[in-house]
Amino acid sequence: MSENKTDRRQFLERSARAGLAAVAATSAGIWLWSRSEHPHKTLSSAQVRSYAVKLPESVPEMAILTNGSPEQLVTEAVKAMGGMSRFISRGDVVVLKPNIGWDRVPQQAANTNPEVVRRVVELCFDAGAKKVIVTDVSCNDPRRCFQRSGIAAAAASAGATVLLPEERKFRDYRLNGELLSVWPIYTPIVETDKIINLPIVKHHNLSRVTMGMKNWYGILGGRRNQLHQNIDMSVADLATFIRPTLTILDAYRVLVSNGPQGGNLDDVRTMKTIAAGTDPVAVDAFGATLLGVSAEQLPYLTIARERGLGRTDFEQMRVERIDLGQDAPV
Amino acid sequence: MTDATSGATARTVKKSAVQGSSRGRRIRWFRRISQTFFLLLFFFLFFQTEFRGAFDTTYSEIIRLQYPVSLFLEMDPLVAVSTALSTHAIYENVVLALIIIVGVILIGRFFCGWICPLGTLNHFFSSFKPERKGMKRIAANRYQKWMSIKYYLLFALIALSIFTSLQAGLLDPIPFLVRSLATSVVPAINVGIRESLDFLHSSNIGVLQSLADAGYLVLGSSILSYKPQYYHLAFVIGIVFLAVLVLNRFITRFWCRGICPLGALMGLLSRFAIFGMRKDHSRCDDCNLCTLHCQGACDPQGKVPWRQAECHLCFNCEGVCPQEAIRFEFFPDQDRKTVKIAPDLKRRRVIESFAAGVVALPLFRSSLGLAKNYDDRLIRPPGSLEEEEFLARCIRCGQCMKVCPTNAIQPAMFESGIEGVWTPMLVMRVGYCEYNCVLCGQVCPTGAIWKISEEEKLGKVPGQANSRSKAKPVKIGTAFYDRGRCLPWAMDIPCIVCEEFCPTSPKAIWVIDEDVTRSDGTVVRVQRPRVDVDRCVGCGVCENVCPVADRPAIYVTNIGETRSRTNQIRLESGAYN
Repeated sequence: MSENKTDRRQFLERSARAGLAAVAATSAGIWLWSRSEHPHKTLSSAQVRSYAVKLPESVPEMAILTNGSPEQLVTEAVKAMGGMSRFISRGDVVVLKPNIGWDRVPQQAANTNPEVVRRVVELCFDAGAKKVIVTDVSCNDPRRCFQRSGIAAAAASAGATVLLPEERKFRDYRLNGELLSVWPIYTPIVETDKIINLPIVKHHNLSRVTMGMKNWYGILGGRRNQLHQNIDMSVADLATFIRPTLTILDAYRVLVSNGPQGGNLDDVRTMKTIAAGTDPVAVDAFGATLLGVSAEQLPYLTIARERGLGRTDFEQMRVERIDLGQDAPV
Repeated sequence: MTDATSGATARTVKKSAVQGSSRGRRIRWFRRISQTFFLLLFFFLFFQTEFRGAFDTTYSEIIRLQYPVSLFLEMDPLVAVSTALSTHAIYENVVLALIIIVGVILIGRFFCGWICPLGTLNHFFSSFKPERKGMKRIAANRYQKWMSIKYYLLFALIALSIFTSLQAGLLDPIPFLVRSLATSVVPAINVGIRESLDFLHSSNIGVLQSLADAGYLVLGSSILSYKPQYYHLAFVIGIVFLAVLVLNRFITRFWCRGICPLGALMGLLSRFAIFGMRKDHSRCDDCNLCTLHCQGACDPQGKVPWRQAECHLCFNCEGVCPQEAIRFEFFPDQDRKTVKIAPDLKRRRVIESFAAGVVALPLFRSSLGLAKNYDDRLIRPPGSLEEEEFLARCIRCGQCMKVCPTNAIQPAMFESGIEGVWTPMLVMRVGYCEYNCVLCGQVCPTGAIWKISEEEKLGKVPGQANSRSKAKPVKIGTAFYDRGRCLPWAMDIPCIVCEEFCPTSPKAIWVIDEDVTRSDGTVVRVQRPRVDVDRCVGCGVCENVCPVADRPAIYVTNIGETRSRTNQIRLESGAYN
């Protein structure tokens, strides 16, 4: 056996290195072990997102305009509600939430009328909005829906920012609803100063009629296909969570059967009607009558009324009805 | 592209201080510019193979891509030759390949050295800090017998094409490159970039978040697709591609020299070229600089004949030869000491490789697959031709997979037998066929997916398969309910998401209201869905959105597909009535 050449200095150095490595490994291991916890997600804690503004008693709660071009109807409806500056303040970021759910063209009336969207964008800018965002979480491929609905072009030409939904911009929100607890929501829609809901009235085989409150499906990501299992409660929960500044209901062209996607022009009726209102429940209650459905026949409206989200007896409210009496081009 | 100049032997280093002919160096620069231009053009067109939404102020109902994104595939001579053999016709823009073919006949394999994007990538990875330098690289750059493998591969592929099985796309460099990038490399890069940018974004630090947003904005029109794309067994395709790139580190342009059947085809086509190398053997002093820089392994050095069929016309040899012994010119001398025109082929091997292709075909088709009852989930894109014709055309370039907006089109494995590996099929759990979308047919270079219009697809005008009868929509399959898993059927729970998404009008999915008694005795009304087989087009959106996510309660199989005369349920739909 040869002589061991380790001297005292080497002994100390090597011991120190080995000891440090051992301590480092052990402390790293124990630190990681202490971090182990039951998997959960960090959540925002918002339960109600209200974008409503206070209005004087003189302002009607709803304006129903008939017989004009989409542009005229929107203009007059907003005027009847006291003008857009009652709702939009200078410097506001405004989100417009039309229905851009389907890969359909405007004549098929599966998406909000692009002329309605265009006019609302213009009115928001006229009222001093800093930025107007137009977006929706579509059912079909969003790129196709945004283009073929005509909404992207109409909104962009009026100067709006058109946002295609992107997976990375969804965050989990605690809705704390009766049915919907935690759902991913497209953040650009809720992180804003004002929201104007721009639904279209359509037939829907499960919920009978889809309008403003159901339009909030389009802020959700995740497994939206489960919502149908209790469609009334999920619609009501969403309407509880998000309270828009204004709802402008497009009933210019109305899909009366084979909704909500349609596809056949025979299913479309030209009703030339626009309703604007601050009470989302009342606007939907009115919209349902266009398809011959009363508020009592739509359970989600009843739930919403019981929760105090609004009224279903819109006939008893301050409603301004104006017939422009024009035969605008179809 | 850089060329390896480093690490030569002491002798060559000294020599390299003396530059070759200025004409050679100039042409070399033209070649580099050409390679860069075509590589950039290739990537530009590749990234344009996606509809990203044209959200300017003009409205268009029709959705088309803005650029001729299949240009490189369409000007690929092997695509032209093999599909011409298998279909006895040339499809639409594939006629552009004639430009290359005529060019190669006249001057030789300029495509390899000047245009081919895979060739350019191989060139780059061969030259950038290679493993072998100096004498070892020179030795590796001399022509070797195994380099004739590409010709035998070509003969086997040609034999298969003649007998209607188009396998050329597996090894044809353009489909190979497009497929690898589309289904594997670029999706992988997407994952990497997205993870990194999202990590920055999750930091909740303003500057980093803006950086992430800027990243999405800048890359969102090129390498980042709108949504992340995923492909079935993509890593296999990716590993093969990476292996091809890595092999360049050991053998310059390994793929181009030894495997590439397109290169082999062009080697054969170059036989009558009127352009070529003249070398002055007496001036050569064996410095081997030409061989050190050689791309094609065509033996440019003196005292041996130049191999015309191997040369990529890269002009490196003329550019570096200090003796100016090498010069490319029109109508050079064809004396046997200077040039070897024909490729290095053994008659026996030629016959054997051709025979291998001929024998392979019945072997392929003896398996259950094409002949009998191919896989019920083999759902081809809308406009696809009948299976045999489809396999005679599909080059597996993956363009349809790249362009599909829902990521539904996936590379198949053995669903259509071994002949159908990496051909496109729709997997409805991943995506579905957008009702109004015809982009897959628009980008298909060979017409395996025919270029149908929206009107044809929706059945507003008579289309390919039913021109005899009245217009019918193109059907790619038929949906079926699994009533044991369907919520309204099996669990008395309202659902009908399938009905909501069903795009036909009137809807193929329709419901009957039924009052049912639940386990707790309460009576509830549910809408129980059914499929109207004549209205269903098989788009698969029902399967895609079914909340019974793991094994959907409604699923599509390929029966009833328009393209097949026999794979039909209904008497009215078949061809034999």
